[in-house]
Amino acid sequence: MKPPVFEYHAARSLEEAVALLSQHGWDAKILAGGQSLVPAMNFRLASPAVLIDINGVRELDGIEAADDGALRIGAMTRQRAVERSDLVKEVAPLLYEAMPWIAHPQIRTRGTLGGSLAHADPAAELPAVMLTLGAEFHVRGPAGERTIPADEFFFGLLMTALAPDEVLTAVSIPALAPRSGTAFVEFARRHGDYALAGVAAVVTLDRAGVCTDARIGLLSVGEGPMLAVAAGAALMGTSLTDTDIAKVGEAAAAETDPPGDLHASADFRRHLVGVLVRRAVAAARARAAGA
Amino acid sequence: MMSKAPYFGRRVPRNEDATLLTGRAQFIDDLELPDMLHVAFWRSDFAHGRIKGVDASAALARPDVVAAYTADDLGELWGPGPLLVPPPPIEDIVFHERCQVPLARDRILHAGEPVVAVVATSRYAAEDALAEVRVEIETLDAVVDLHAALEADAPILHEGLDSNLAAHCVQQKGDYAKARGAADLVIERRFHYDRGASAAIENRGVVAQWDEPNTKLTIWDTTQAPIPIRNGLAALYGLTERQVDVIAPFIGGGFGPKIMMFYPEEVVVPWIAMQLGRPVKWIEDRSENFYATTQERSQIHDAEVAFDSDGRILGIHDVFLHDTGAYDPYGLTVAINAQCTLLGCYDVPAYYSEFTAVFTNRPIVTPVRGAGRQHGVFVMERMLDLAAAELGIDRVEIRRRNYLGADDFPHDHGLVYQDFSSLTYDSGNYEPALTRAAEMIGYREWCDGGRAAARTDGRCEGVGIVSYVEGTGIGPYEGARVSIDPSGDVQVATGVGTQGQGHYTTLAQIVADAIGVDVARVQVVTGDTREFHWGTGTFASRGAVVAGNACHAAGMAVREKILNCASTHFGVSADDLVLGDGQVAVSGAPERTIDLGDLATLANPLRGAVVPGTEPGLEATAYFGPARGATASGVHAIRVEVDPETFDVRIRDYVVVHDCGRVINPLILDGQIHGGVAQGVGNAFYEQLVVDGTGQLLNASFMDYLLPTATDVPRIRIDHVETPAADTPLGVKGAGEAGCIPTAAAFAQAVEDALGLEGLEILEIPLSPNRLFELVRAAREGDAG
Repeated sequence: MKPPVFEYHAARSLEEAVALLSQHGWDAKILAGGQSLVPAMNFRLASPAVLIDINGVRELDGIEAADDGALRIGAMTRQRAVERSDLVKEVAPLLYEAMPWIAHPQIRTRGTLGGSLAHADPAAELPAVMLTLGAEFHVRGPAGERTIPADEFFFGLLMTALAPDEVLTAVSIPALAPRSGTAFVEFARRHGDYALAGVAAVVTLDRAGVCTDARIGLLSVGEGPMLAVAAGAALMGTSLTDTDIAKVGEAAAAETDPPGDLHASADFRRHLVGVLVRRAVAAARARAAGA
Repeated sequence: MMSKAPYFGRRVPRNEDATLLTGRAQFIDDLELPDMLHVAFWRSDFAHGRIKGVDASAALARPDVVAAYTADDLGELWGPGPLLVPPPPIEDIVFHERCQVPLARDRILHAGEPVVAVVATSRYAAEDALAEVRVEIETLDAVVDLHAALEADAPILHEGLDSNLAAHCVQQKGDYAKARGAADLVIERRFHYDRGASAAIENRGVVAQWDEPNTKLTIWDTTQAPIPIRNGLAALYGLTERQVDVIAPFIGGGFGPKIMMFYPEEVVVPWIAMQLGRPVKWIEDRSENFYATTQERSQIHDAEVAFDSDGRILGIHDVFLHDTGAYDPYGLTVAINAQCTLLGCYDVPAYYSEFTAVFTNRPIVTPVRGAGRQHGVFVMERMLDLAAAELGIDRVEIRRRNYLGADDFPHDHGLVYQDFSSLTYDSGNYEPALTRAAEMIGYREWCDGGRAAARTDGRCEGVGIVSYVEGTGIGPYEGARVSIDPSGDVQVATGVGTQGQGHYTTLAQIVADAIGVDVARVQVVTGDTREFHWGTGTFASRGAVVAGNACHAAGMAVREKILNCASTHFGVSADDLVLGDGQVAVSGAPERTIDLGDLATLANPLRGAVVPGTEPGLEATAYFGPARGATASGVHAIRVEVDPETFDVRIRDYVVVHDCGRVINPLILDGQIHGGVAQGVGNAFYEQLVVDGTGQLLNASFMDYLLPTATDVPRIRIDHVETPAADTPLGVKGAGEAGCIPTAAAFAQAVEDALGLEGLEILEIPLSPNRLFELVRAAREGDAG
């Protein structure tokens, strides 16, 4: 369990990181928190010839409120900092609720927001949360900066819209509409494990308590994070009664085709999606009603 | 038995903790020797195959690589390792000895079997070089399933055998057929118990150094049994036992697989040090550990129990398959333990037990904490639960009715145990522990409304309560040397290894009591053949019993010397001397005292002659060899909450009432039980080595092989019953394995109780949410049909 030989560069600026990426292309990997990449290298499952360490790039770290009420989080912000941020708690309660489910405190202390998103593990919490919140991904390449919406960023198993010479620099999360409630639930064998299934939910009510928007994100049900579009649509215009919510669980289960693995068969996973969607939407409803 | 003494029975804080907690304890990977080389092993990815060619030349050509060895390079060293435990003397027993080889030469019999050893200047360089090793393997169909392994068309692992049968053994007493004929109820079920890893926090490791001028070999080895390893390796290398030292440093957990195994790495690494004349280190990494370290515990039992209408057991018939893995160097210990321990705390008039041990293309099976006892307890306790339900008898009551009575000891079961002696329980008293455990878990209240109230509150909870015995403290023997240093410190040396059991404290307590000194001044050395030449090792819950009684005997012998010496010094009778606080005083004359250190100096004079018939110094060596083991017992009770939708199970309460005879140190005993229960919880609900049909392990990392963590292991409430061991001076019984033996049986009973679903029977371990989902669905479909 020792990594093979690799070349190491410590980038001191974003420009330098992008330049190094341009130079090495597919041979290079960005080293952020290293919580997925380094174990993969130790198992010799990944053997990048070049590592470009961006831990010294200060401009990528930080959480700030934008003028439009959105939240902008730098890619190198440690997960632990996101977890402890009052601003995140206020503006993006769904993200705040999801943070403690990510692995363990030791891992969150090193692991970065951007690292997890760029790695795009289908069982990871952050991609599903960003997809559910409709976040935007800011990336920098040799040609400058571009912004990618969440639903165009994730491309299947460990794949993203990032080009080999691009660095993820920040994520913007829009503010929630009034009378919105969010909830994050997942089921893992042990706390901190990759979830067998997980759900991020946002519901928005009008003044009469009728659902005007519902977004249900799922993790660990396929090759990437997924929105249960039909289930979300089925909630629109309802008053989110227990019956409506029970139905949405079934609808979400029906629109997933999850894989089976050692810890959960496809059947069990689909069953869990139904249970967890029901629980998440019920919790989100209660919070929206109180908002 | 000795009288009540100051340290015995007290919660004495551990002598070793200061060293361990401040990071000063030396573990094997802390060893850095000048000029040291590092070894990595090329291991087969395939579980079954024929080696057609091995070429390590490209690896050898790499600049950092010093040497590479294949089976052909080993010369006379190559061959099957020793059979560590021969089959017991049981009539008509069949046993085919097939022990592992140091490096595979012709056949690959399990994934991870080592083929080439690469030696380089660092472990990094050695692992890089493994990629250059070329081994051509013709793959063969793998033998994984225990039933399929015995079918006529199964591929056969070992040459010279006409099947994969490794052993066959029948033990019986009474007349089961007659018992069955007289029964009011006969229950038949098949039980599955699958494999886990021992998963010690520290993997194995070997460091070796050959001292050419002195022709002396020093081996640091994470072994539970340094003395047998020294003896065996000396014989293998053609050296005398005095030319080989084996040092077992601090070890991060043993749990069985670090027993005297003569693992390939254990044999090859010191040999390499001798070839190269340089120190050599090999540290097993976690990936290797999943293949290269021995495991337990696949068995499939077809059991039948005959009851009368009162729920009394008339007889038991059990036929089981035991997976021994690719080789069987540790004989039949695990299977015999399962066979014998099935009888548990109960009076069983007729018993027929037959097992077949099977070779499979999986890593070797040797004892892992519990060592087969879990299987027997699971079968018996589940059968009692099924009978209780069938007959409408309370679960606690059916156990009480079948218990051996307090007057039934010693109780000879008429079987042969793993140590070759008769399966005789030296002592026991089971009912008080059952009563106490039922009280502590609130069993009566649970049955009388507690369960219903939980349901009303929307909680799906259940309670389980089970009994077990554990044969502990087996021979052959251990020894100890106790010496008083002129500083007044006391040194104790013994041959057992230590891997976290608290020997530095418990053995010190025993000696401190014998000679009247502060326990913190007693320094215990274990696991170092330079310090003590004779002994066996730490396994089978025997350290406290066998080494403990040896320490007691040596301590009492030193006490005798102290009194004789002081009697001469003061010119008074030994009866007039008082021993305590590290001093000897003349009774009634407090001004006439001498420190034990000064007395030790007097006992080793620079002038004058040692009086004939006496020995210099205040030192004695003694040995203890029990004729048979001491049977510990206990009751575990558990309350669980099941999420009826996700099938997650949380343990809400866990009670252990334990009887291991007289308790040396309740603090350390509690720790042993806590750790055991944690492993039992892992075994019940988290840990399973999953292989596919080709013998590939599918979860060879701690990401997918789930150890229970702090959030999964409950707080454990413990109480003790003390029924002293009948045959040992200290009255102690072993406690090392008790915590994990009945956990799965208690867990299964509680989950069934919680789900309360007609037709749901849990007859397998380990469980998981996914498996409970399937079992519940099958039970519901059964209902519907």
